[in-house]
Amino acid sequence: MKNLKVNIAGVELKNPVMTASGTFGSGREYGEYMDLNQLGAVVVKGVAITPWKGNPPPRIAETYGGMLNSVGLQNPGVEVFIEQDIPFLRQYDTKIVVNIAGKTIEEYCQVAERLADADVDLLELNISCPNVKEGGVAFGTDPRMVEKVTREVKKHSKQPLIVKLSPNVTDITEMAKAAEVGGADGLSLINTLLGMSIDIHKRRPVLAMGVGGFSGPAIKPVAVRMVYQVKQAVSLPIIGMGGIATGEDAIEFIMAGATAIAVGTAHFHNPRASLEVLEGIQEYMEKYKVQELKKIRGIIK
Amino acid sequence: MCLTEDQWKRKKTVVIIKNEAIAKDVYEMDLQVGETAKEIEPGQFIHLYCRQGQRLLPRPISICEVDEKKGRLKIVYGIVGSGTKEFASYSPFETIDIIAPLGKGYQWESQEKHSILVGGGLGVPPLLELAKRLPGKVEVYLGFRSQPFLVENFKKYTDFVYIATDDGSHGTKGTVLDVLKNKSECPEKARVYTCGPKPMLQSITQWAVEKGYPIQVSLEERMACGVGACVGCVCKIKDLQTGEWQYQRVCKEGPVFNGKEVIWNEES
Repeated sequence: MKNLKVNIAGVELKNPVMTASGTFGSGREYGEYMDLNQLGAVVVKGVAITPWKGNPPPRIAETYGGMLNSVGLQNPGVEVFIEQDIPFLRQYDTKIVVNIAGKTIEEYCQVAERLADADVDLLELNISCPNVKEGGVAFGTDPRMVEKVTREVKKHSKQPLIVKLSPNVTDITEMAKAAEVGGADGLSLINTLLGMSIDIHKRRPVLAMGVGGFSGPAIKPVAVRMVYQVKQAVSLPIIGMGGIATGEDAIEFIMAGATAIAVGTAHFHNPRASLEVLEGIQEYMEKYKVQELKKIRGIIK
Repeated sequence: MCLTEDQWKRKKTVVIIKNEAIAKDVYEMDLQVGETAKEIEPGQFIHLYCRQGQRLLPRPISICEVDEKKGRLKIVYGIVGSGTKEFASYSPFETIDIIAPLGKGYQWESQEKHSILVGGGLGVPPLLELAKRLPGKVEVYLGFRSQPFLVENFKKYTDFVYIATDDGSHGTKGTVLDVLKNKSECPEKARVYTCGPKPMLQSITQWAVEKGYPIQVSLEERMACGVGACVGCVCKIKDLQTGEWQYQRVCKEGPVFNGKEVIWNEES
């Protein structure tokens, strides 16, 4: 048996496979299709301090090899999350990563503080959602803001803090460095790319909000490139994501420098996608006699 | 609480028994699904996956009819885009990947006396299995642009089938609501079940509310996961007590909703 364990900011995961926030709810729905015990971690959908209604529909548009979404972080708020979702996930032997959302720095801090005594393993700071007007990507595209929000939230959080980066910037390494200076314990990338799709028959955008977040296999080369660049720029552990659907895809991210990886949109095509990615990683390790993942991590220089 | 391996739901590969056009750009597909046929309630839908990998998302199609004995499902779909165009090219004995069943279907009482079913266009198919299962008197009103389909199938289960077409080529010229107003005997108590384009659902709901009938509507929205995880396919649903609304998932809380709780002003 190969050693699949990875360590993210002091938290040991039994394997590097996580779920990408926003694609997996809090695990309940896909828990009917797979054994959540086999996942390294479940990263839950963005949680805010109060319930958020989200954006009007249509929120979904399929594109070639991918899709756009403009859900807008609809969520029932941190109290419901603590009451219902943590006990559900704690039935399983997997780590819990909470994606935290806010409209202001203060709101992010409130969620982190509310979760300080909650039984969760890691926080993921969502400063990269392209679908909300306030907060979200507004914090993730200016290095001074990235540093500031990271520093403030870090003061209120007990769990290690992962900062999720937006690809919708000129130089993602600047944001990565800013998060590192702000005190981040790790980085996750990439969030969705900002995209648009037009219904030429109705002569209007497919999405009610006009634009949305582009995800799926089509974005993978962009994501691999950004993980590679960020790995060269900072020393923080990286959770790589963006279009991962197979074990081979995951290995690319690991070779580019990712410590762990997350599977998201692929679940919509295959509800067991994350477990098949895990199997694929194991097959690769068998085939090439890789005893542990650090032997191949970041080997692309 | 944790499910064991034999309890997990799965994406399954099933055999296509039949795949034929029944009207312009409307296809009927029979699938051999085995035991799954026994789990289905009218109004639920299935997810169909394309073979072409660039079409990532499954297509939600409502279940038209179930043959429990043979272990078969019938779906009726329209060619509305590249995915359904791909499905139309499949031949019998080829396979297709599906998840079935999904969502929450229509609800009724075992001693139901009088039901009124109203379907429009591609909203007609999910009412067939319902017409088959409902006890008591069943009136069926079907609206089409021009060419009707599935009419004979409905006639197997009830003598009260009425047709409306936009162009008057079949049945009454006009909307299904016009026919409903003319033909229905409007008993004191009845339940209304409907599926079709949003403006039709809205007008049927208004009619049912005026008559004091409970009404269930089946909604459609652009969908991704189909299992409730992504929160993509939402509609505005209000709490009748508080008047507060929230976005609910068509794939999970629906596709069938209480018509009185739906807020219709959202752009469709």
